Amino acid sequence: METAVQGVFLILGLITVGCVLLITVYLILSGVPAIWQIGLFDFLLGSTWASTAAEPSYGILPFILTSVYGTAGAILFGVPVGFLTAVYLAKLAPPKIKVVVEAAVSLLAGIPSVVYGLVGMLVLVPGIRRLFRIPDGASLLAAIIVLAIMILPSIVKVSVTALEAVPKEYEDASLALGATPVETYFRVSVPAAKSGIAAAAVLGVGRAIGEAMAVMMVSGNVANMPSLFQSVRFLTTAVASEMSYSSPGSLQRQALFSIALVLYLFILLINAALNFFLKRNKEG
Amino acid sequence: MSNIITAEDLCLWYGRTQALRQISIAIPENSITALIGPSGCGKSTFLKTLNRMNDLVPGVKISGSVRYEDTDIFAPSMDVNLLRREIGMVFQKPNPFPMSIYDNIAYGPRTHGIKNKAKLDDIVERSLRGAAIWDEVKDRLRKNALGLSGGQQQRLCIARALAVEPKVLLMDEPTSALDPISTSKIEELAAQLKESYTIVIVTHNMQQAVRISDYTAFFLLGELVEFGETEKLFSQPECQKTEDYITGRFG
Repeated sequence: METAVQGVFLILGLITVGCVLLITVYLILSGVPAIWQIGLFDFLLGSTWASTAAEPSYGILPFILTSVYGTAGAILFGVPVGFLTAVYLAKLAPPKIKVVVEAAVSLLAGIPSVVYGLVGMLVLVPGIRRLFRIPDGASLLAAIIVLAIMILPSIVKVSVTALEAVPKEYEDASLALGATPVETYFRVSVPAAKSGIAAAAVLGVGRAIGEAMAVMMVSGNVANMPSLFQSVRFLTTAVASEMSYSSPGSLQRQALFSIALVLYLFILLINAALNFFLKRNKEG
Repeated sequence: MSNIITAEDLCLWYGRTQALRQISIAIPENSITALIGPSGCGKSTFLKTLNRMNDLVPGVKISGSVRYEDTDIFAPSMDVNLLRREIGMVFQKPNPFPMSIYDNIAYGPRTHGIKNKAKLDDIVERSLRGAAIWDEVKDRLRKNALGLSGGQQQRLCIARALAVEPKVLLMDEPTSALDPISTSKIEELAAQLKESYTIVIVTHNMQQAVRISDYTAFFLLGELVEFGETEKLFSQPECQKTEDYITGRFG
């Protein structure tokens, strides 16, 4: 009986591993041929994507750079705001305010990305158009702002957990030396929680780079080289927007799989970084 | 010998529970005063009141007065951070920061605005020498302090407290987590330190009180039962309760 139950659990556990393996193998098999045909350099470093032109061109550098800049921008806004919110929640906030803010953060995490996109489309995009007097507000900037808000909850939550795990003895020691509470939080608690906070940032990167729906709705979805006030297309949205009309077996469709493969490699890297930070956090 | 800390009618409540009842005591300068008594008698609470670390406990209420030198430590004009510089503290469990030995010692001085590298180097060496641990760590100042043994960590914590040049050192059962050899090192150190500092030490160990302290205060159920010279308190206690406790009839 015992062995049978263990066997069932093993099989259930293997389902996850199996899915990851299946997706990896499938992506490699369907992504590599197009890269082979287009040429690795032309594919990765080509700056023109014109998959439906008479003379098609399959350079995905605009998408890669847009994804990298978009993510970096989101981190630039999201990490400081999320981190300071976490310090406030973990150390300074009165219990009543803490409950309210934490509930709001959880809710923010639960909002579907299409709703972020919708609000961004209706509020943010026209706002940017008017504020900067540009013909179209759908831009990299709009995507960065939406992404920054979307990654806030995970950054706040992971950072709060890390900060709350800092032993109170450290803080007592600092206070007993005559440091003020705020000095204590920034000079003792934050350094002691730095691996956890780094993990929070990496988690944010992972969320931002993989997001498709919301950014598609606010970024204009044009394959330009990235520029803050121009319409852009991300790695994710490049796949999502052409998949529906590319014909099966065509080089266009194969190239979309290749884009997905590149995105997948990014995610793998980010996961490796995350594991690294989490492990260091555990070791203290 | 003059008194550096004077408490008068000090009462303290945690919520509705009264932890200290009308404590009046005068702690003499440049001496070691031991606070003894069974668990929960209020001795640690009293200690933490002296540098106002009790402020951090939610729901704490205090009446009466404590004067440090000539200032009322509960006065609204009192700068708590300044008070804690003057009255340093060593905790029960060694609690070095998870940073290098050097940074641990330099933490306090840096917090108080000392940036100059040579000056910091000097303070670090002086403090570590003062806590009798310099020779053991001088070759690994940049190594993480958590790599030291428990006894070394506790002496490091004493050095860290010395680095901000306090006048008083509060020690909350500083040897209860240590082995006998480390304990005797801390005790020797305390005896040296009283030349320049006033030490108030909470201890569970009556032999320790006898060995190192000049004065002893016996606490019971939040009250100060008896306070006097250690030798006298342990040989001819005035109160029956004190005698019962030191002879091991309860506690």
